Amino acid sequence: MMLEVANLTRRFGGFTAVSRVSFALEEGEILGLIGPNGSGKSTTFNMIAGMLRPTEGSIRFAGEEIGGLKPVEICHRGIGRTFQIPRPFRRLGILENVVTAAYFGQRERVSRARAQAQAEEALALVGLPADPRAEVAGLGAAGLKKLELARALATQPRLLLADESLGGLDESEMDQAADMLGRIRRDKGITIIWVEHIMGVLMRVVDRVIVLDHGEKIAEGTPRAVAEDPKVIEIYLGAERVAFAGDRPA
Amino acid sequence: MFDIFLIEAVINGVLLGGVLALLALGLNLVFGVIDVVWICYAELVMIGMYAIWWLFVHYGVPLPVAIGAAVALVALAGVALHVLVIQPVLGTPPINQLLVTGGVLFFLQAAATLAFGIEFRNLGLRMPIVEVGEMFFSFARILAFATALAGVAALWLFLTRTYLGTAIRAISQDREIMPLMGVNPRRIYLVTSAIGGGMAGIAAALLALQYDVHPAIGLSFGPITFMICVLGGLGNMAGGFVAAFVFAQFISVGGFYAQVEWGYVIAFAFFIVMMFVRPQGLFSR
Repeated sequence: MMLEVANLTRRFGGFTAVSRVSFALEEGEILGLIGPNGSGKSTTFNMIAGMLRPTEGSIRFAGEEIGGLKPVEICHRGIGRTFQIPRPFRRLGILENVVTAAYFGQRERVSRARAQAQAEEALALVGLPADPRAEVAGLGAAGLKKLELARALATQPRLLLADESLGGLDESEMDQAADMLGRIRRDKGITIIWVEHIMGVLMRVVDRVIVLDHGEKIAEGTPRAVAEDPKVIEIYLGAERVAFAGDRPA
Repeated sequence: MFDIFLIEAVINGVLLGGVLALLALGLNLVFGVIDVVWICYAELVMIGMYAIWWLFVHYGVPLPVAIGAAVALVALAGVALHVLVIQPVLGTPPINQLLVTGGVLFFLQAAATLAFGIEFRNLGLRMPIVEVGEMFFSFARILAFATALAGVAALWLFLTRTYLGTAIRAISQDREIMPLMGVNPRRIYLVTSAIGGGMAGIAAALLALQYDVHPAIGLSFGPITFMICVLGGLGNMAGGFVAAFVFAQFISVGGFYAQVEWGYVIAFAFFIVMMFVRPQGLFSR
C-alpha cells in the first residue's frame, strides 16, 4: 500500500472537521476525493501534507507513520500537494518557482543542473514554457493551476495531492486538467489523490472515489457505483447533476 | 554658477550614500525575509567596531584579520539574536518584536559601557586625503564607498543567482508554501540573520576607519538607517538603496549650505513630509 489512512480525525475546539476517516491507496492509483464545500476534504489533505496535526488516527505512507511530521519532512519523503487557489511566488519567475521546488524538495541534494532539468521536465509535463524570463503575472487561471502542479511535480513526488477544484475554468480547460492528471499517472507512475467538488470531470479519470460529507466518509467505490449511491445523490441533488464522460455538469 | 565646493559636497554625499546603503541593506534584508525589525541593528554594528578596535589596538592583530574576525563575530551575533530573542516571539504581534529588540539595544549599550567605558576609542589610523582637481576626499570614505558597493553587489548576486538566495526572496511571499517545497524556514531565517549580521559587520569595519567608537554610537546612525529603510519601503532593498543616496545628499549638500547639523535637520524634515505623502515608501505602487 502506498498510503493507508486509518481513523483520521481532526477537531477544532468543539467542531469535528474530519471524523474517523479511513481509506487506502495502491501505488499507481488515482483516487477521487469529493464532497461539498466544508466536507473536510482540505482538512484531510492538510493532515496528510503535514500542515495540520491529526487529533487522532494514523497516516502511513510507504509503510511508515507520517502523521504529525512537519511539511518539510513530508515533502522530502515524496508527497507533493497543490492548492485549490494557486499560491505561486509572484515576485519570482515561472521557471524560478519550479526550480526552487526541484532544488529543495527532494531528500537527496541535487545538482543545479539536475534541478534545472527536472524543473523543465515538470513544466513540459503541464505545458508551460521553461523560459527563464516568463513571469507569473502573465498567467491566467488555468496557467496558474498548471504552475501549481508543475511546482509540486518538480519535488519528484511518489504521491500527489491535487487540490484541483476546477471552478474558475471553462469546460475545455477542465478537460485538459483532467487529462493532464491522467497523463501524469500514466507517464510518471505517480499515485494521485484528486480533490474536487464538481463530480463530472473527475469521474472520467479516477479509478475509485471517496465521498466525504460533514467530515465523514459516506461512500467509496468505482465512479459508477458512487454516482448511483442514493446518499451521494442526495448530497449533490440540487447542486449538481452527477455526470459521466460525455455528460456535462448542469 | 560653477561651484567646485558644491560638486565636492555632492560627491562626498555619494560616498556617504554607499555606506548608508550598506547599513540599510542588512536591516532591510532581515525585515523583508523574517518580517522583524532589528531595532538594535546599529548596536550590532557597534559590537563589530569594538571588536576591531579591541583586536587591532589591544592585541596588535593585523587590521584585515581583525576586520574578518569582526564580520564573523557580528554574523554570529545576528544568529544569536534570532535564536535567543526573535524566535520565541516570531508568531506574536509586531509590537512585541519591536520591544524585545529595543530591549536588546539598551542591553548592548549598557554592556558596552561596562566592558569598555564611555571613552571614545579609535584605531589611531591616519588615512590619506585624496586630491582631485581642487577637491579633497577622504580615502577612508572612498574605500568605504567601494566596499559598500561591492557588498551590495555580492548580496544581489547571491539573492538572484543561487537557489538559497531565491528561497530567501521567496519565503516572505508565502511562508506556508515554502515547507511544501522542501524549504525549511528555520534554516532560511538563520542564514538570513547571519547575512544581516555580516552586513552590519562590514559596515562596522567601514565606520571604524572614519569614526570613534563609543557605547552610544548606535544612536548616531541607527535612526537614520531605520529611516532610510522606511523611506525606501521597509523590506524593499532596491528602494532602500536609492533612499540611502537621497538621504546622503540632503546631509552632505545641506551641510554645505549651512552646518552639518542642518543637513540632518533637512533630511529628517524631508522624511517626515514623505511619511505624509508616501507612507509606504518612495517607490510604493
